[in-house]
Amino acid sequence: MPESTGRQATLKVYRGTKDKGEFQSYKVPVEAGMVVLDAIHYIQQNFDPELAVRWNCKAAKCGSCSAEVNGMPSLMCKSRMDSFKDGEDICVQPIKTFPIIKDLVTDVSWNYEVNKKIKAFSPSPDADWTIYQEDIERVQEFRKCIECFLCQNVCHVLRDHERKDNFMGPRFMVRVAGLEMHPLDEANRMKYLKDEGHIGYCNITKCCTEVCPEDIHITDNAIIPLKERVVDEFYDPLGKFIRGVLGGGKKK
Amino acid sequence: MSEYEIREHDVLVIGAGGAGLRAAIEVSGQGVSVGLICKSLLGKAHTVMAEGGVAAALANVDPMDGWQTHFKDTMNGGKQLNNWRMAQLHAQEAPDRVKELERWGAVFDRTKDGKILQRAFGGHTWKRLCHVGDRTGLEMIRTLQDRGVHQGIEVYMECTITKLIKDGDKIAGAFGYYREDGRYILFKTKAIVLATGGTGKAYTVTSNSWEYTGDGQGLAYDAGAELIDMEFIQFHPTGMVWPPGVRGILVTEGVRGEGGILRNSLGERFMFKYLPEATRNDYAADEAEAVTWVNAALAGTRTEARRPPELSTRDNVARAIYTEVKEGRGSPHGGVFLDISYQDSERVKKKLPSMYHQFKDLADVDITAGPMEVGPTMHYTMGGIRVEAESQMTRVPGLFAAGECSGGMHGANRLGGNSLSDLVVFGKRAGAGAVEYVKGLSDTPKIDDKFVKEAIAEMEAPFQIKDGKNPYDVHKALNKIMSTYVDIFREESELAIGIAKLEELKADVEKAGAKGTKAFNPGWHMCRDLKNMMICSEAIARSALSRQESRGAHSRLDYPNTEKEWGTKNSACSKGADGKMVLEHTPLPEMPADLKELFVKKKEPANA
Repeated sequence: MPESTGRQATLKVYRGTKDKGEFQSYKVPVEAGMVVLDAIHYIQQNFDPELAVRWNCKAAKCGSCSAEVNGMPSLMCKSRMDSFKDGEDICVQPIKTFPIIKDLVTDVSWNYEVNKKIKAFSPSPDADWTIYQEDIERVQEFRKCIECFLCQNVCHVLRDHERKDNFMGPRFMVRVAGLEMHPLDEANRMKYLKDEGHIGYCNITKCCTEVCPEDIHITDNAIIPLKERVVDEFYDPLGKFIRGVLGGGKKK
Repeated sequence: MSEYEIREHDVLVIGAGGAGLRAAIEVSGQGVSVGLICKSLLGKAHTVMAEGGVAAALANVDPMDGWQTHFKDTMNGGKQLNNWRMAQLHAQEAPDRVKELERWGAVFDRTKDGKILQRAFGGHTWKRLCHVGDRTGLEMIRTLQDRGVHQGIEVYMECTITKLIKDGDKIAGAFGYYREDGRYILFKTKAIVLATGGTGKAYTVTSNSWEYTGDGQGLAYDAGAELIDMEFIQFHPTGMVWPPGVRGILVTEGVRGEGGILRNSLGERFMFKYLPEATRNDYAADEAEAVTWVNAALAGTRTEARRPPELSTRDNVARAIYTEVKEGRGSPHGGVFLDISYQDSERVKKKLPSMYHQFKDLADVDITAGPMEVGPTMHYTMGGIRVEAESQMTRVPGLFAAGECSGGMHGANRLGGNSLSDLVVFGKRAGAGAVEYVKGLSDTPKIDDKFVKEAIAEMEAPFQIKDGKNPYDVHKALNKIMSTYVDIFREESELAIGIAKLEELKADVEKAGAKGTKAFNPGWHMCRDLKNMMICSEAIARSALSRQESRGAHSRLDYPNTEKEWGTKNSACSKGADGKMVLEHTPLPEMPADLKELFVKKKEPANA
C-alpha cells in the first residue's frame, strides 16, 4: 500500500565510468519509509533501466549497496529519505576507494584477493568442540561483518594513501581477529599481520568503526588487540625469551 | 559475430549460495576441477538472509530428538508429498553437515555445557535449530566461502548463465555473460550443478532479492528436465508490512521460536483457533500452558507443557494471518501484531539483534517496547527441478540440482530451518554425484558452434528491438498477474485468468528491449531474467490449476479438503516437442514399510 507523502526529492546520481562521468538529476516521489535504494530503483524502473547499482537483500544483511550519500559512506538500503531536509538535494556516488566500473558500481575484487592470503581456520585435530558462550562473544561480534567494505572505503591508508598494494584494511583485520580469537584455532597469523598486512600502518583514527553498519568495534576490539599481539611477538624480546623458557604463549 | 572467452572445468556449479558452495567444495575436495558461478559478488547470495537456524537432530537441548523424529516432522510438514528418500537422507545427514560447518569455522551459539544451542521452530517436535542469533545464514555462507576459497575453487563473480548446451542428450557446456562489461563466456564442462535458488521475484511482495528469478528452473526446463510440485509456494507468515519500502522483508520465525505472540486488532491470540485437528494435541491448549513452555525455554529447563500455537507450520500461520486481516481484524497497515516485547529487552537484543535493528532503523519500531506488524510474504518455492534422491541428478545426463531450485525434499510445505540443512546435505550430494558421473564418462562431450551462435543471438536481440518495451514494466505486469491470480488462496476461475494473462504477456517478454551498452546494464539483464520467471510462473499457475485439492501451501477455495488420491501424485511440467509446457501427474515414490511404521506407531508425547 504505497502511501505517498506528497513530497518529491531530487537525487543527483553519478552516471559514468572511472574515466568520465557526471551527476544526473532525477525527481522521485517520496513514499513513507522510503530509503535511498528505493529511489535508485524508482529511477531504474521509470527513467533509466541502464543505471548500474548493486543490491541484494534490501535489509542490511548482505552489504551490497554501499555508496556515498551526501558524502556519508552508507548502505543505501538503510539511508532513509526522511532523514534529509525538504528540498535538500540527495547526492549519491560510488564509494571512492575502489575503481568505478559504472555508475554506482565499483570494482571491489581486490578485497577478495586479500582474503585469500589469510591463513584458514586451523583447529586442533583432537579438539573435543566443547566451546563456552563467554569464550566466543568477541568472535561472534567479528563474524557479524557483512563485507560491505565501507570500512575499507573510509580507511585513510587505503582511501588517501592508496596503499592497497601493502595494507589489508580494517575488514581483514576483523577477519584475522575472528580467527585468532577463536578458542580452538591454532594457527599464528602475526608475521602475516606485520609483514604483509602491515597492521602497523593503522593509526587508529576509528573512521572504520564509525561507518560500520553492524556496529562492530573494529578499532577497539579487533585492531588494537591484534597490534598488541604483534608487539608482544616481535618487539618484546624479554617477554619472548620468558615465553620461550616457560613454553608459554597462547599459540603454537 | 561477438567474441567470447572460453573456460573449461570438469564440473560447473551455477549458484554460490549454501548449496552451490557446498557442492563446489565437494567437487574440488575430490580433486576434480570446478568452476563456481555467482550471479552477484561471492558471499551475497540469498543464503545470507536466512535468519533463524539450520535444523539438525543433534539432540543437544532436547535429548529425545533423533533423525526419525526429524524425518517424521519433515514429512508431516510437507503433508506426505515429500520425496521420502530425500527427507530421510536429509534428517540422517544434517547433524554431520552442521558439525562439519563448525569444524570449518562456523561459530554457533552455545548451550550452558558448551554444545551447539538449538531453538524451537514451527512444526519441529523438539528444539532443533542450530543458530547464531538471527544471522545463521550469514555465518553459514561466510564459513563455506572461506573454506571454498582456501580450497582453491575458481570463482566467477557477477556472471550469469543464459543457456545450457548439450551434446546429444548429455551436458556439454554453458553460455553466459559477465555483468561488468557484458562480455560473453563459454564454459566447456562435463557436468553442471544448478543451485540457483527460487523465483520470488515473480511476486510483488516477497522476501527474495533481485537474483531470485528462477534461473536454474528455466535453464533446466529448456534443457529437458522436469519441474515438479511447482504449485507449492511458501508464503512466509511474517514479513514486514510497513513502511511500504520494506514490505515483504523477512521477520524471522526465530521471533516465534523465542516466544513471540501473534495477536489481532482485538487483542486475541488467534492462533489457538487455527490449529488443524491432526496436530492440535502437539500444541498448548491455552495461554497458561504456552507461558509455561516459554518460561522453561528461557530458563533452559524441561517442561511437560506443549509448545505455543504460533509454532504451527508456516502454511497454517500464513493462512491464519491472511484470514484475520481479510475478516477485518488486522493491524493498521494490513498485518497482525507479533509481540516479543514482554521479554527482557537485553535478551531480545541478544537473541534477535538484526530484527531489533531492522525494525528500529527501517520502521521506527522498538521491538523491545512494543509489537511488530507482520503479514505473509512470498518466501520459498517448495517445488523445483526433479532430481534423483541420492545423487541429485535430473533426467538430463550430467545435469544436477540442489537446494531451493530442486524439488521433492519439502513436499507441500517446508519447515523453517530445513532449508539451510537441505543446502548442505544435498549440496554435498550433488557435488559427489557430479564427480561420480564425470568419472564414469568415456568421452568428453563436444559443443556444437550453432548452439553458441543461438545463445549469442538471444542476448543481442534486446538491443536490436526498435521501441522495445521497458523490461521493468513487463516485470511489474508479471508481478501483478501472479500476486492477483496465483496468491495464497486460489480458485479455478482466477487461475484460468492468470494463465491466460501469462500467455498474453509472453509476447511482451519477447519485445522487452535494452538501451545503451552491455556494460553493467540491469535493464538488459532483466530482459533475460524475465524468461526464467515466466517459465516458473507458468508452471506454478498450471500446476496450481491442476491440483484439485488443498494441501500444505496450496489452498484452493473451491477444493478446500485434502484428498487422499492427490497425495500419491506429483505435478510435473516439462517442455513439449512443440515448445509448449506439458503438465503430467506422476506417481509419488512409495515409502518402504519400515519408514511407514514410524507414522503408524503410537505418537510419542510432544514433550516429555
